[in-house]
Amino acid sequence: MALLAPHGLPGHLVDFVAALRTHGVAVGPGETIDAATVLTALDLLHRDQLREGLAAAVLRRSGQRKVFDTLFDLYFPAALGAGSGEVEVPRLGDADDGDVDVDALRDILADLLRDGDDASLAELARAVVDALARTGSGAQSDRPGAQPSWSAYQALRLLSPETLLARIVDALRDPDIEPGSFSDEVLRREIRDRIARFRDMITDEVRRRTAETRGREQVARTAVPKQAEQVEFLSAYAGQLAELRRTVHPLARRLAARLAVRRKHAKRGELDMRRTLRRSMSTGGVPMNPAFKARRPGRPDLVVLCDVSGSVAGFSHFTLLLVQALREQFSKVRVFAFVERADEVTHLFEPGAELSGVMNRVLREASLVAFDGHSDYGGSFGSFAEYWSDALTPRSSLLILGDARTNYRDPNLTVLRRLAGQARHTHWLNPEPRRQWGTGDSAALRYADVVPMHECRTAAQLADVVESLLPI
Amino acid sequence: MSPLQSPSFGSVADVTERLAAAGYLASTAVATTVFLADRLGKPLLVEGPAGVGKTELAKAVAESTKAELVRLQCYEGIDEARALYEWNHAKQLLRITASQGAESWDRTRDDVFSEEFLLPRPLLTAIRRADPTVLLVDEIDKADVEVEGLLLEVLSDYQVTVPEMGTITATRKPFAVLTSNSTRELSEALKRRCLFLHLDFPDADLERRIVASRVPELTGALTDALVRTVRVLRGLELRKAPSVAETIDWGRTLLALGMDTLDDDAVRATLGVVLKHQSDQVKAAAELRLN
Repeated sequence: MALLAPHGLPGHLVDFVAALRTHGVAVGPGETIDAATVLTALDLLHRDQLREGLAAAVLRRSGQRKVFDTLFDLYFPAALGAGSGEVEVPRLGDADDGDVDVDALRDILADLLRDGDDASLAELARAVVDALARTGSGAQSDRPGAQPSWSAYQALRLLSPETLLARIVDALRDPDIEPGSFSDEVLRREIRDRIARFRDMITDEVRRRTAETRGREQVARTAVPKQAEQVEFLSAYAGQLAELRRTVHPLARRLAARLAVRRKHAKRGELDMRRTLRRSMSTGGVPMNPAFKARRPGRPDLVVLCDVSGSVAGFSHFTLLLVQALREQFSKVRVFAFVERADEVTHLFEPGAELSGVMNRVLREASLVAFDGHSDYGGSFGSFAEYWSDALTPRSSLLILGDARTNYRDPNLTVLRRLAGQARHTHWLNPEPRRQWGTGDSAALRYADVVPMHECRTAAQLADVVESLLPI
Repeated sequence: MSPLQSPSFGSVADVTERLAAAGYLASTAVATTVFLADRLGKPLLVEGPAGVGKTELAKAVAESTKAELVRLQCYEGIDEARALYEWNHAKQLLRITASQGAESWDRTRDDVFSEEFLLPRPLLTAIRRADPTVLLVDEIDKADVEVEGLLLEVLSDYQVTVPEMGTITATRKPFAVLTSNSTRELSEALKRRCLFLHLDFPDADLERRIVASRVPELTGALTDALVRTVRVLRGLELRKAPSVAETIDWGRTLLALGMDTLDDDAVRATLGVVLKHQSDQVKAAAELRLN
């Protein structure tokens, strides 16, 4: 059997750990040994205990759990093959391998979703994926002898569980509750959650079956979700962006805590001669207790200039949210957005403002577009310098966020050089991989000559960059 | 690794049962990790949002193993003298003045740096106890990075070095629980020595049982409605998602107000109990059509 590891359970564990490592979960040899000890201490017949035990031994952060769960399901599957489920998939006709009766199947699914019976739902997912791969639905012809092909897309399209929502809500709704009320909305969301969970079950099941036929290494390479911090901004899709947004707050809090530590360590300044001598009077002129000047922590200003055009949407959303969270740390943060020209949007970032709504307001209320809506870095720097150059003082740090793709317009290096000269520090964060800088219409390399530019593709990279840049 | 004493728990099921007897309903994750921490003799690092019962877990473990709970509450600026031990300076001075001139310097020195003048703080206390002990290091993320270094010796070798007296090694390993709200990243070295448990909001069934055990006067239907509503609220993107503690508070509030159904009016009147930020309340009301 292809699934058996050549070196038994220890070898299998090492394979599993290696897979975790390739997905960015740093597991050291010490943790691997812990994991092996866990295997000896636990009753291996309880799969959920094994899962939690291994997680306790190898994981170090909560964000890694999703990767772990997916890989665990691949390496320690709940069943082999079709398993021996209780749930029967209804067929058209009397034969055991006839075509799947979709309507009857949807009835079963609706009943299970209504009762919220997770165990049976998982069984159903398993049976459905198996039955569809083997026999196909009514519309498809049989291909005898062909390799079964597992498809989450096919199963979900056939079942389309979303369309069951109204039906289940109707079945569950209390007759006293009027539609559109709070309780009704709660119920609706609850069912929607259950449906989403069922979708995940189908996807997991397909992943497991595919791993059996195509080898789990290959599936592990392609089908395991990334940790939120390692998702690239520019290629993130909606779900990942939502998850990224949730990581913003802890991230900002972490940065703030580290800043506070650095501030505290830098508090003690140089020796204060006058006060030291004065204190030494009480000890007969011997300076027993030296006095130090208190260093005044400069409360720096931060000026953020952010490209909000469509091409860097994921990045700018995220960064502006981080900036908002960092506002508490800085006495003054001014935020400017630009596409073709710059406009101030600081007032939209009130503390506690609805995070996801801010971006829409930026695009709607600020006047950013003059001509065709493609980003124009030169023009934006020009308009910024013209109207708001007084925002930059020798105490302020200028942070520019964007991919430096000028659409072949004038990059206006002179103005940028002047702005950089006005500010204490200037830094540019670029969400594109370094190797793409300067290709096509990117003026990144030319800008990089004027101001330091940092590659900033993921949340983890962003945190590192921001931390090393922020002045104390 | 050979444990210094026989393990306190027989199996994972045993953990669940005994924690339940101590009033703590544990999920599989919690029970398994507690069992392993006991078996492997490793400290347990519990991380998670506020109000999911991290501190309660340590208390329940102490109660179920009939151990004494020694608690070190961390705060910004906590140091060796507060965490490990301190010399009782006043008493030492008193001792020296009392025997002025009567004793040689060597004898005095040996005497004032002895057991009698040592003030043990939580970490040393936990190490020296011969009876079963649960050491709770609460909110370790609030402490400075230096304290983590201090903990390394204590948690990996279960020993404390007092320069004047030598190294004190535990006769009986305490069951160590560290909690963190993850306001900052703990050092890798510390994390590597611990078993990691991310304590998240419990699943619906467990939460229902927790609420029922804490507020037994609530009717089953109301408990069910509460838990379902709180779970939906957690699904929204809020600044502070309501935790188990808030669910329980909400149950008590409804009880105190004599409400027996969770209809729109009841929610509107009591939403402040679960959502502590004004902006969260506005958002929840708008999304859940509470107007």
